[in-house]
Amino acid sequence: MAKNGRIKAIQTALESGKTSCTELTRQYLDAIRKNESLNAYISITDETAIETAGIVDAKLARGEKLSALEGVPFSLKDNISTTGLETSCASEMLNGYKPSYDAFVWDIFKSANAPLLGKANMDEFAMGSTCETSRTGGAKNPYNTEYVPGGSSGGSASAVAANIAAYSIGSDTGGSVRQPASFCGLVGLKPTYGAVSRRGLIAYASSLDQIGVLAQSTADCAEVFRKIAVHDALDMTSTPFPAYEGGNAIKIGVAEEFFTGASADVYSALQNTIRVMEQITGNTVEIVKFPLLKYALPVYYIIACAEASSNLGRYDGIRYGRPAEAYEDIDDAISRVRSAGFGTEVQRRILLGAYVLSSGFFDAYYVKARELKQIMTYKLVNETLAGVDFLITPTAPATALKFGAKMSPVEMYLTDICTVTVNLTGLPAVSVPCGFDRNGMPIGAQIIGKRYSDFRLFELASKFEQATDSEFLTPLNGVNGMGVSL
Amino acid sequence: MAVSTKYEIVIGLETHIELSTKSKLFCGCSAKFGGEPNTNVCPVCLGHPGALPALNRNAVEFTAMAGLALGCGIPGLSYMDRKHYFYPDLPKAFQTSQFHHPICIGGSVTLSDGRVMRLNHIHLEEDAGKLVHERGKTLVDYNRGGVPLMELVGEPDLRSAEDAVEYLEILQGIMRTIGVSDCRMQEGSMRCDVNISLHLPGTEYGTRAEIKNLNSFVSVRQAIEFEAERQSDILEAGGSVRQETRGFDANTGETYSLRSKENSDDYRYFPEPDIIPIRLKPETVKELLARIPELPRARAERYIEQFGLSEKDAALISKYRRVAEYFDTAVTESATGNGKLAANLILSQMFAKISTETEREEWSPPVSANQLGELIALTDSGKINNNVAKRVLSAMWDSGKDAAVIIKEQGFDGPALDAEALCKAAIDANPTAAADFKAGKEKALQALIGYVMKESRGKAPADEVRATLARLLS
Repeated sequence: MAKNGRIKAIQTALESGKTSCTELTRQYLDAIRKNESLNAYISITDETAIETAGIVDAKLARGEKLSALEGVPFSLKDNISTTGLETSCASEMLNGYKPSYDAFVWDIFKSANAPLLGKANMDEFAMGSTCETSRTGGAKNPYNTEYVPGGSSGGSASAVAANIAAYSIGSDTGGSVRQPASFCGLVGLKPTYGAVSRRGLIAYASSLDQIGVLAQSTADCAEVFRKIAVHDALDMTSTPFPAYEGGNAIKIGVAEEFFTGASADVYSALQNTIRVMEQITGNTVEIVKFPLLKYALPVYYIIACAEASSNLGRYDGIRYGRPAEAYEDIDDAISRVRSAGFGTEVQRRILLGAYVLSSGFFDAYYVKARELKQIMTYKLVNETLAGVDFLITPTAPATALKFGAKMSPVEMYLTDICTVTVNLTGLPAVSVPCGFDRNGMPIGAQIIGKRYSDFRLFELASKFEQATDSEFLTPLNGVNGMGVSL
Repeated sequence: MAVSTKYEIVIGLETHIELSTKSKLFCGCSAKFGGEPNTNVCPVCLGHPGALPALNRNAVEFTAMAGLALGCGIPGLSYMDRKHYFYPDLPKAFQTSQFHHPICIGGSVTLSDGRVMRLNHIHLEEDAGKLVHERGKTLVDYNRGGVPLMELVGEPDLRSAEDAVEYLEILQGIMRTIGVSDCRMQEGSMRCDVNISLHLPGTEYGTRAEIKNLNSFVSVRQAIEFEAERQSDILEAGGSVRQETRGFDANTGETYSLRSKENSDDYRYFPEPDIIPIRLKPETVKELLARIPELPRARAERYIEQFGLSEKDAALISKYRRVAEYFDTAVTESATGNGKLAANLILSQMFAKISTETEREEWSPPVSANQLGELIALTDSGKINNNVAKRVLSAMWDSGKDAAVIIKEQGFDGPALDAEALCKAAIDANPTAAADFKAGKEKALQALIGYVMKESRGKAPADEVRATLARLLS
């Protein structure tokens, strides 16, 4: 049996009077503190959470039914703007920064009376694959705290896997929701580009950033996504989500390019996943090709870094960051602030980005990368996906690393090979738990769909959960029961 | 030293014009000039983290209209780009502008002598904030930040300071007529950068200097004159002009070096990922074209053709949309179609009273166009002459009364005057002046005319008096 999900379980408990929202929210806040060593949160927002819980309890006392997500405590990644509540992108540069306006998605959760427990830890400015570039150090993987939770939405993944948040909102620029979801045994969605407004999401790479959901089950993930897939006229890249018309028979494709470099454990878990998928759909998988995958990483890092160098230019010490104490002139002052306020990885990407945009290199790097991005999109949609509905790939070639694993930046970037193409092409993809490696660390399978097929992805993911008896999902009360139990 | 006449001066202008949209380019903040510092601001125009731009449709349409009025091509698709540099008045550390694919391509401005000054393109961008230097500190006012701005990039077709000023005046007239900008140089809603170089005719263009941010016609003229002289002196002394960016000091009338172009900034332009491509469908362009009224140049030509106005008068009336409309109404109302008299009354009488550019733009004289039309009709009917008409107009101005009432009240409509008798009396009363004139002193005639005018309380027809006097004294 597939799980109905954590959200449903909580709302049932609240409506039946088994517990109050305030009581439940306190339990979550206590569990966060009890598991402080996970370092899943950058800041905890008790006041907001309790206040919202009070509103929910008053509603329940009047005998009213709960609407979607109402009363279910959750967390937001630390790069989603919350008025008056610190939003630091896990960076020294924005340490103490309190936005003056609400992100579009936070507004939705606020109106839904969802208690916000806190802001989840992350890689600085969402740049990283391990969560280790955070100014407070990385979050830990609840499955084994010697391992990273993945990144950049590592705190979100850690919190949901430990059930110290019922679900979490992350952002995914090159795999930052899906990869930590796969490392922590969660369901993680990177929606179709434009499905969720980016307004108030502190930008890393605007054309690739998309807000996503990390949850314990497909049902949870789908419910949260349904709530946030709302057109926002003030985000020009936001698009109205077309009505879901239901799917016919499902055909699945496998492109072997995505499997080169996969570890033995990941490979065999995916083999098993494909077999299950064949049973579910009643169709044998089709072998398709995506030879352009070899360009995905360079194209991704050129475009992402170019946009990052532009988006992060505003952090100059005049309005953000600790101003330089001594300096020669304005350029020196800005340079000092940025050298002190940004971590190594952020500085590396800003420099790379400024380089590929500079005159003399622009055509050779950025223009080429943009052209390839377009070609990749065309080929993936019109050729690779032409005869199939979905592609199945590993989410990451390997499972979670141990902390402090020595890797060069390029080796680190290589771990994004399966996820970045989805951002470059604007398609939706979901990572679903599909096994464990020899050390007991979770493995994720990525299902890539066509534009706006997000709900069809959930249908398939949900069938996969049923067929596998939810055996790969994180336990409802968190790994090893470390979180809130109902 | 003056500019050596052997050189030809080559000038190209980059003109910045703020669009008079209600709100800013990417947010709902008011785009109005002035206001307490930092009151018309929001997370978007302050570049707060995570804020996103929502492009103002009106600004795009205004830019396209400006292009259509100047004969530009309007591509179906254009894009916004980011232009990067660090400066405290630029909160995002990039200006959202257009570099690769602007809204308008080509176009031109025709000077009064018929020479065509080509435009390269017109692009749309956001204005920056304003630095205020006060008591040793620098403060930033972001009210202007994000106000929509068009940049009209001209080809180096201008040849003198006069050309440059005329070019700007024509642009000003067109933009005001189509209603996309008030083009007030004193408020910064129109300003320009001047590229200037000298060369010997028949040889390649010389190295140019760019003079930044000129904000009055006087500054444009002075800067060009000073810079041409400076470059001429360098060349005459056997030196070579450095390619550089220069500033202009309005107090001294001199330009000064800001930075050399060799180490010019690298703006790292790339397409703005937060703004979707701008699509202007042919239907839309057609609609915009229909919204463009008769332009000053066409209007002036019509006035010359239809009413026989001088080039100068026709241009001056057409320059201000409201004045031109006022003129049209008055002429129509008079039923006699005497545009010449209407122009004369407006330019000599009313412009003396309404003298600032702003007042002329706004044009709300106490005498209505209908009232002026009636005055013209009465004059054309022979009831009063042109001189009296001026005096009646002056009285109408002060009292608000209609022409017929003033004429009646002040007895301007008395019996017709005998010019011959008046002239004879004048000669009798001024024997010295009469003798002087006979002796060849042309000026003496003026005294006699003055006498007649005084005696007739200005009602005598001046031309006839002059002719009669000349005849009597010949």
